Amino acid sequence: MTFGTATGDGERGAGFRVDGTWVGAPVTRKEDPRLLTGGARFVDDIHLPRMLHAAFVRSTVASGHVTSVDLSRVLEVPGVVAAFTAEDLDLGDITPRLDRPPEEYTETSMPILARDRVRFVGEPVAVVLAEDPYAAEDGIEAADVTYDVTPPVLSEEQALAPEANAVHEQAPGNVLLDVSMFASDGIDDVFAEAPCVVQVHTRTGRQNALPLETRGVVAGWDSRAEQLLVQTCTQVPHQVRTVLAGSLGMAESTVRVLVPDMGGGFGIKCVVGREEIAVAAASIRVRRPVKWIEDRKDALSASFLAREQRYDARAAFDETGRILGLDVDVLCDMGAYSCYPFTVGIEPLMASSEMPGVYRVPAYRVRGRAIATNKAPTAPYRGVSRPQHVMVMERLVERAARELGLDPLEVRRRNLITVFPYTGVNNVTYDPGSYLESLNLCERVIADEGWYETRRAAADQGRVLGIGYSCFNERTGYGSDAFAKRKMQAVPGFDISEIRMDTAGAVVVTTGTMSHGQSHETTMAQIVADKLGLPLDKVKIQQGDTDRVAYGWGSFASRSITIGGTAVALAAGNLGGKLLDLGAHLLETPRDNVELGDEGVRQRDDPARGLSYRDIADVAYLKSHLLPKETEPGLQASASFDGVGDGTFSNASHGVVVELHRDTGRVEILRYVCVEDCGVAINPQVVDGQARGGIAQGIAGALFEKVTYDENGEPSAASFLDYKVPTACEIPDVGMHHIETPCLFTDNGAKGAGEGGTIGAPAAVLNAVNDALRPTGVELNDTPITPQQVFDALTGALEVAP
Amino acid sequence: MKPPPFTYHRARDVAGATDLVAELGEDAKFLAGGQSLIPMMNFRLARPEHLIDIGRLGELSFVDVGPESLRVGSLSTHRAVETADLGAGFEVVRDTMRWIGHLPIRTKGTVGGSLAHADATAEWCLLAVLLDADIVVAGAGGRRRTIAASEAFLGFYTTVLEEDELIVEVAFGRPAPHAAVTEFAERKGDFALVSAAVDLDVSSGTVSGGRVALGGVGPAVVRVPEAERVLHAGGRAGTDLFETCAQAAAQAVEPPGDDDAGTGYRKALVRNLVVRACEEAVAR
Ligand SMILES: Cc1cc2nc3c(=O)[nH]c(=O)nc-3n(C[C@H](O)[C@H](O)[C@H](O)COP(=O)(O)OP(=O)(O)OC[C@H]3O[C@@H](n4cnc5c(N)ncnc54)[C@H](O)[C@@H]3O)c2cc1C
Repeated sequence: MTFGTATGDGERGAGFRVDGTWVGAPVTRKEDPRLLTGGARFVDDIHLPRMLHAAFVRSTVASGHVTSVDLSRVLEVPGVVAAFTAEDLDLGDITPRLDRPPEEYTETSMPILARDRVRFVGEPVAVVLAEDPYAAEDGIEAADVTYDVTPPVLSEEQALAPEANAVHEQAPGNVLLDVSMFASDGIDDVFAEAPCVVQVHTRTGRQNALPLETRGVVAGWDSRAEQLLVQTCTQVPHQVRTVLAGSLGMAESTVRVLVPDMGGGFGIKCVVGREEIAVAAASIRVRRPVKWIEDRKDALSASFLAREQRYDARAAFDETGRILGLDVDVLCDMGAYSCYPFTVGIEPLMASSEMPGVYRVPAYRVRGRAIATNKAPTAPYRGVSRPQHVMVMERLVERAARELGLDPLEVRRRNLITVFPYTGVNNVTYDPGSYLESLNLCERVIADEGWYETRRAAADQGRVLGIGYSCFNERTGYGSDAFAKRKMQAVPGFDISEIRMDTAGAVVVTTGTMSHGQSHETTMAQIVADKLGLPLDKVKIQQGDTDRVAYGWGSFASRSITIGGTAVALAAGNLGGKLLDLGAHLLETPRDNVELGDEGVRQRDDPARGLSYRDIADVAYLKSHLLPKETEPGLQASASFDGVGDGTFSNASHGVVVELHRDTGRVEILRYVCVEDCGVAINPQVVDGQARGGIAQGIAGALFEKVTYDENGEPSAASFLDYKVPTACEIPDVGMHHIETPCLFTDNGAKGAGEGGTIGAPAAVLNAVNDALRPTGVELNDTPITPQQVFDALTGALEVAP
Repeated sequence: MKPPPFTYHRARDVAGATDLVAELGEDAKFLAGGQSLIPMMNFRLARPEHLIDIGRLGELSFVDVGPESLRVGSLSTHRAVETADLGAGFEVVRDTMRWIGHLPIRTKGTVGGSLAHADATAEWCLLAVLLDADIVVAGAGGRRRTIAASEAFLGFYTTVLEEDELIVEVAFGRPAPHAAVTEFAERKGDFALVSAAVDLDVSSGTVSGGRVALGGVGPAVVRVPEAERVLHAGGRAGTDLFETCAQAAAQAVEPPGDDDAGTGYRKALVRNLVVRACEEAVAR
């Protein structure tokens, strides 16, 4: 592919494709100049006159009844202006709902501030407002809260024990969701008769999604607009508005949610948090704007976490390595509360429906459970369950290959879905992908780079190298039909876009999606620029403002480019239609004799004859008397789009080479190769960035990060000293390769690209480590893998897998 | 993660700093690079009522290379030492700096702050103990004394320093041309899980003595006489000797373990890191 350099369009070094399209070109990101030169505005950059700062008095016990909250000394602290308890603010709870029967789902609520009970260390009990954040922290120290402590429930064993304390009264057994979505007839016979049955038991560590920018909000009543202005870093502005207005008992029209630049979200900002609501309510009470910026300690311990799961999985294979059946029990530790709008079902439902993945699985049974524990609650973290269940699936395939004496890649090839569309036992229809092709290419890259020889040569020198792969798909572009299968009461799916052209021929387009780092201002502008024949700098994307954007479901589940991107394309197309109508009228030529071109409408039979958008806009706005009678003045259009069927599946294969250090147990990643297929990449540079960042988070889960608690439920990590997020030094460069299997229903063939990196990495890293450990007979299936485990495996101190 | 209120003082000279701290008593603390103290204050684990900023005492910021000695001023940053020409025989001091945190921390954190903070894996403590450095301190009323590094570190973040005493410099009395420090941590820039430092007396391939120090195996950095005896017994510089030495070091210590890194694993790290340090030292 070749790229040109645009001149005269104001883009610095931005390349467009020589075929003339912006879509597919690695144009430089429109956001970067401001992000890189300190011009961006994040929540914490907002300073309003008379603004106060909030801090939260948080529970110091994991489980107990609040017996008293005395804030009198708080108010004596210099600088403190006010302090409120749950009783003072009297706010409605956050109650996410699933349309499932009581035997499957127990509904629970999350109060904005804890009332009678606390359920995890760090749960907010009161909010303190002060003139500066220092005084606010002095204030929370002066609070006197007493608890009647009850023994906390901190693990799955404790939660499911017969006499366990109930985290929520409604769920005496601490199971909030228990679904058995699929159970193929005769599956027990399949396992009984199969020549090869393998099992994998896995536990994955609790993780924090860790956006660099923690959560935060600035809220205050705007008496001119007669609105509560809530500036907050959220992936879902409209959902925040709905829940916040409901909790405060206000009309939605009196709340405006505005999202500044965001420093990441990764899912923990696609749920509605309680602190934002408490701060908004408090700001109304004191009639002053209030800011709350979550500090890193609270971000690590008291925000939303994810990924603590246990799998008991078995798979049946025939002698040739074909999968005959899959039987899985997945249990997810969702912590103290259910998140809005996804509920505690988010992880177990995802695992249940997606587990078969890229493989043809003829018989399937799954039980998915969500349990409540006295730990910080959970939210959908990038990839949601898929990093875990793909890892389990890939381990099953590897174990079967070992058992049967087959090449694990060959076993994969024999099972990969290659004929599309394919409808699986899980009732999901997969659109075309490159499952086999991506795996083959990935293996070829690793082989061509000589890693198989390197592994052999290293072994001769006593070094321990391993090569591992993962092969997976990722459902993106869930429409409302696909989400409806989850039975959430608030069903995400569609997106609406509105587009306006101004008198100078430039357009502003709204999207209901919410970029929190993915660069929609660039990628969506590329889409619109192509539709209308505009230069990039004449397209401005507007997002993150509930007053300006008609409605939106925000950004999560890799939905933005598929659904939001199609909505902007359709809106631009509709505007294009209007421009053609007007152009034809003004050129006095038939409608089918005009086309959109370089910033204008031109005549097909005589391309020299045409009108620029500026000319057309001049009539549409400034000389509307020249418009045909039935034509409305102005140049605007809108469109909506909803995902089709079961959505569209991106896919990828990852290949990893690791070295295990004999003297320390360290796992060093020597090479990482990613072959991804997200359909048409609107901007390959952005796609690469998404994959690389995702892979870093996947490696973090495989080898580094884990949130732990002591026996009282006190989180062990208050800073990055203990929560071991890897740094650039631990993350390898990634060799990126692309295959393009266009999506058939999105406007430009794009599929989602936001989460794949994270999904494939744990499986590939684990497989590589286990490949290296092969001579020892040890298999490691729990994450994160620690250096001590590797060391013990290498020195024979670990038990050999049965 | 905001500190409680405190009063800020800026020292103009060493005497002013020490006299002021003597006057203010235990509620006062020196502030150097702030890379240890400020995080502790932000977590409200340290709550000094007075901070005496010594950051502008330029006379404490120096690296003085003598023919047979090295003196480093307490306010020198790790980075200043990392980029200094320390002369023959002190390369180990320079090369050890890269193990301390990340570059931004090294550009702020200081030698004196590290020694006074006395983390059980601090590289400066390890170097000082390994190389029998002298720590020169100034006290109120113009007092000065020299503390042998071997006597300086008492336990978890505790030293023999009096409350009014300010570290002025650390002095290394004789070159250590065959010394090396190595470590293991899960992430680059982390405090070491275990660190090992070795200084070998070696000539024409024969070891006749040496020093061994370890970090991360107890509440403070330690020397390991059991391992040093092996070096003193002497032998050819090579795997056999190094492994015997390392084995003796591992046997001599009982590092505290946790879920992710048990005592046995840490002892094994001691063994392997001492071997590695010996190999690097002899190759120097
Ligand atoms: C992320 C991170 C990683 C780090 N990794 C490492 C590491 O791997 N190895 C390592 O050794 N360190 C590490 N550090 C700590 C760093 O080296 C600090 O610089 C050092 O521990 C303290 O030096 P300072 O100048 O910042 O002292 P400060 O933080 O200013 O002070 C620390 C203490 O020393 C006292 N003090 C300071 N100067 C003097 C003096 N001249 N005389 C007497 N008392 C004094 C202060 O009163 C205070 O009690 C790390 C720090 C961070 C934040």
